[in-house]
Parts: sequence; structure tokens; C-alpha cells
Amino acid sequence: MSDAASQTVTSRENRLFAAAKRLGTSVLPFVVVILVWQFASLFFPRFLFPSLIDVFWRCIDIFSSGAMFGDVLATILRILAGLAGAFIVGGGLALLMVRSRAIDNFLSPILTLFQGIPALSWVVFAIIWFHGVEFRIFFIMVMTTLPAFTFQVLGALRAMSKDLMEMVFSFRPTRAKLFRVMIAPAILPDILTAWKVNLGNASRVVVVAELVGATGGVGYQLLQQQQLFDMAGALAWTLQLVFFVLIVQGALTLIENVAFRYRAVSERAI
Amino acid sequence: MRDTVTPLEAAIHLGHVSKVFGKPGTESAYRAVDGLDLDVRPGQMLALLGKTGCGKSTIFNMIAGLTEPTSGTVRVSGRDPFRDFDSFRGKMAIVFQSDRLLPWRTAIQNVELGLEMLEVPAADRRAAAQTWLTKLGLGGHENDYPHALSGGMRQRVSIARAFATNANILLCDEPFSALDESTAGRLRAEFVRLVKENGKTAVFITHSISEALEIGDRIVVLKRPAKIAYDVSFDADTGREERELIRSRIGEVLAV
Repeated sequence: MSDAASQTVTSRENRLFAAAKRLGTSVLPFVVVILVWQFASLFFPRFLFPSLIDVFWRCIDIFSSGAMFGDVLATILRILAGLAGAFIVGGGLALLMVRSRAIDNFLSPILTLFQGIPALSWVVFAIIWFHGVEFRIFFIMVMTTLPAFTFQVLGALRAMSKDLMEMVFSFRPTRAKLFRVMIAPAILPDILTAWKVNLGNASRVVVVAELVGATGGVGYQLLQQQQLFDMAGALAWTLQLVFFVLIVQGALTLIENVAFRYRAVSERAI
Repeated sequence: MRDTVTPLEAAIHLGHVSKVFGKPGTESAYRAVDGLDLDVRPGQMLALLGKTGCGKSTIFNMIAGLTEPTSGTVRVSGRDPFRDFDSFRGKMAIVFQSDRLLPWRTAIQNVELGLEMLEVPAADRRAAAQTWLTKLGLGGHENDYPHALSGGMRQRVSIARAFATNANILLCDEPFSALDESTAGRLRAEFVRLVKENGKTAVFITHSISEALEIGDRIVVLKRPAKIAYDVSFDADTGREERELIRSRIGEVLAV
């Protein structure tokens, strides 16, 4: 084999080794948790630490049963609808706040006050105020994620470069063009971060909302498992939400990788 | 030698313009421009020279329509650039001190920016942007993002962006000050050639006497707050000796 050919093989091996190392590093924590749980299941009663093999089969049951998977989809739709609602309302409020100091002075304390109200209180308020189950859950989701979305979009709008804004203004853009060429790309990184953060919050809140107010969904199913003292079922239903969050986070990361490929990458990490 | 042009003939007219930042009459008020009268004739290359903080950039922003004067009148092609802001779409282009390229756009997409505002069809604006990038020696870098370009290359992209709209009026705010002398010299020469070839009216802000002499066919020296301290016009036939006299006179004015 020539020197060049052997160098190519070595560099391919190095790349494969690096990829395997990266994969191993990201998978290792999960493997450790699984092993510890499985080990515990050998010594504790089934209702405390069920075998993960049981949990796996319960997950398969949920995936393969139309009714049960419908519950998962219902929860996912509730999360996405709540987040979308909060994002639209929060984005609108942030635009108003950045344009007018008076509106900012008026809304900021109210949103800060909302941030201090626990999710469970919103659940109680929603049950007292509204009748429809879906509207109750939508209301709870919006109210618990609205302040964060508003403040995150507001921060992104305020952090936009004044120099770049002036440059774009010098070409006399219409409002729509200003938004498309400048505002949207400038705030997109913060919006994606806001979605990532709020997704985690929303997936926790939706379960609380469903526990008390819904007749279906992951939260409702968790309540059933609690009444049956079925830990394997509780874990399997919890994992549905975890899978969903991981999938959406992965999709958002993919969007980030494509949309922000313009960013310079330093060879020296932070 | 003073340039004479009536306000009606002027491409840019500033009539007794003042700009005060902060609340006028209070201690915090800062007068950046003080009763400035200035007319720039069409096709003229005016170099606006002054010490740092003398109000050059404020004048620049008022001509660009980005700032409103506190008093006096600013007219560009007979219209108020601040109040008739949108009517100047495609008629005025700016080269800033820093390149101000949008980091999420490639070099060619940055050059296309002004043409997008003018609703130029995609194929035409791509062709125009390509032509200007090639003219400025950036062929082969069309799809590079700004972070992958050197400072000189980025500033050339910003010059291409300004020229691509074919605006009659060019405003330049110390566009070469952040570059090394050899790159700045080369770009300056390219810039002067392009302005002359395309018959633009240009206002070029600088704090360098040499740059003003190299670029302008008229130099206005400002004192602080911005008011004309010295105004001189010359052309290609102006001899070396006369240029040296102008240089030393500018030096004296700036030293005051």
C-alpha cells in the first residue's frame, strides 16, 4: 500500500474512532442510569422498581394501541398549541413593548407577576373560570409560558445590532421587508432557544393540567397508573413525553445547524 | 477657491442647519451642528473633513434621512430626506465606516439587498450583484459568508452593495479607516474611478487630509460644533504645489 493510501485509511479510522467516542460519551450517562435501575429492580419489589424490560413492553403497547397512542398525540397537540399560542401572543406583546416605552412600563410588571404564579394555581383558576377541558388546558399552557416567551423575544429584539438596522434602513425597506431581511433572521437564534427552554417547561405543565382537568392524555393516564400503583405503566407514559421532548429538541437543533451555518466557529472552545 | 451653486441647483442642500442632542436649553444639551450652510452640486465629490467629534457623522445621518435636524433645512434632490424617507428608495446609497454586512447572508446576497428593496426580479438582481462583485475583484467569493472574508474584502462587498442600486447619491462615512494603508489606498482608487465612471454625487467623510485630497474635488473642513471653517475646490489639473498649499492650509485650520 502506498503512503498516501495508508494515510487515507488512517485518517478514516481516526474519524470513525472520534465519531464512536462522541456517540459513546453521549450515550454513556443513559446506559449508567439504565443499568442502575435494572440492578435495583433485582432487589426491590416490582411496584417500586419494575424491570426495564417490562417498561419497554408497556411502551410498545402504547405505540401499538390506537387509543393509547391517541392519548400521547392529544398531549403533544396540547403542548404545541399552547406553545404556539404563547409564542404568537408573546411575540406580539414584545413587538409592542419594544416600540413603546409606555407599553413596556405597563406590561413588564404584569408579566413579572404572572411569572411568579405557580402552574398549579393557573390550573385551579382555569377550572374555576372555564368549562371546556381543551380551553382550560390551552389557557394554562399559554399563561405559564407567555412571560418567558415575551421576555425572550423582547430581549432578542433589543439586542439587534443598531448598526445593521441603520444599514438596512438606509435602503428604505417596507415594514414587511425590514422584518424579512433583518428582524426575523436576527432574532431567530433567540426564538429557537426560547422554544427549546419553553418546550421542557410546557411538557411538565401539561401533565399537571391533564392530571386535574382532562379525560385523556399522558397526564390523565399517569393518574390512572398512580391509582393502580403501576410503576411500569407510569414510567412508560412518562417516557412518551421524554421521547417527544427529545425528538423536538433534536429537530430544533437540526434547524439551528442548517439556519446558523453562517456563524464562524472558533477552533478554541470556550 | 470656493464652489458656488444655488440651493435649487444643488444635489444636496443644507440651509442653516443645526442639530442639538438632549433637551435644548438644558445643561445636558449638546450642539453637534451649528447653523451649517452647504450646497453640493450634482456630480461633485465632496470630502467632509474634521476632527473626531466635530459633527461629521451627524451631518451624514441628516443627509441620509436617519436623523432630523433641530432647525434649518436639509434637501436632497429638492426633497426632505427625513420626512420623505421612502421616496429616496434606490436614490441614495451609503458606505459605512464598518462593512455592516448581514452575517446570515452570503457576499452576493448582501450585494443584492438594496435591489431587493427595489423589487428587482431575482435573476436580474443576481446578475447585477455578480457584475459588481466581479468589478471589485470578488469573483469566486459570491457564496462566502462575511466571517470567511478579510476586512478589505468585506468592505469591497459593502461598496458593491452601495453601487449595485445605481443610486445617484453616495454617502460614505470613513469607509476605509479600519483598513491597512495599502488596502485602503487600493480601494480608494477603485472607489474614485467607479464614482467618476458612474457620474455619482458623493459625500465622503474623513478625518485624513491625504484621503480628502485624493478623493474629493472639493474639500470642506469643519470646526467644532460643525460649521464650515474652510471650503476649497480643485480638479485633476490642480498642480502639486497648489495641492501642498491646500494641505498646509487645511492643517492650519484643523490645528485651531
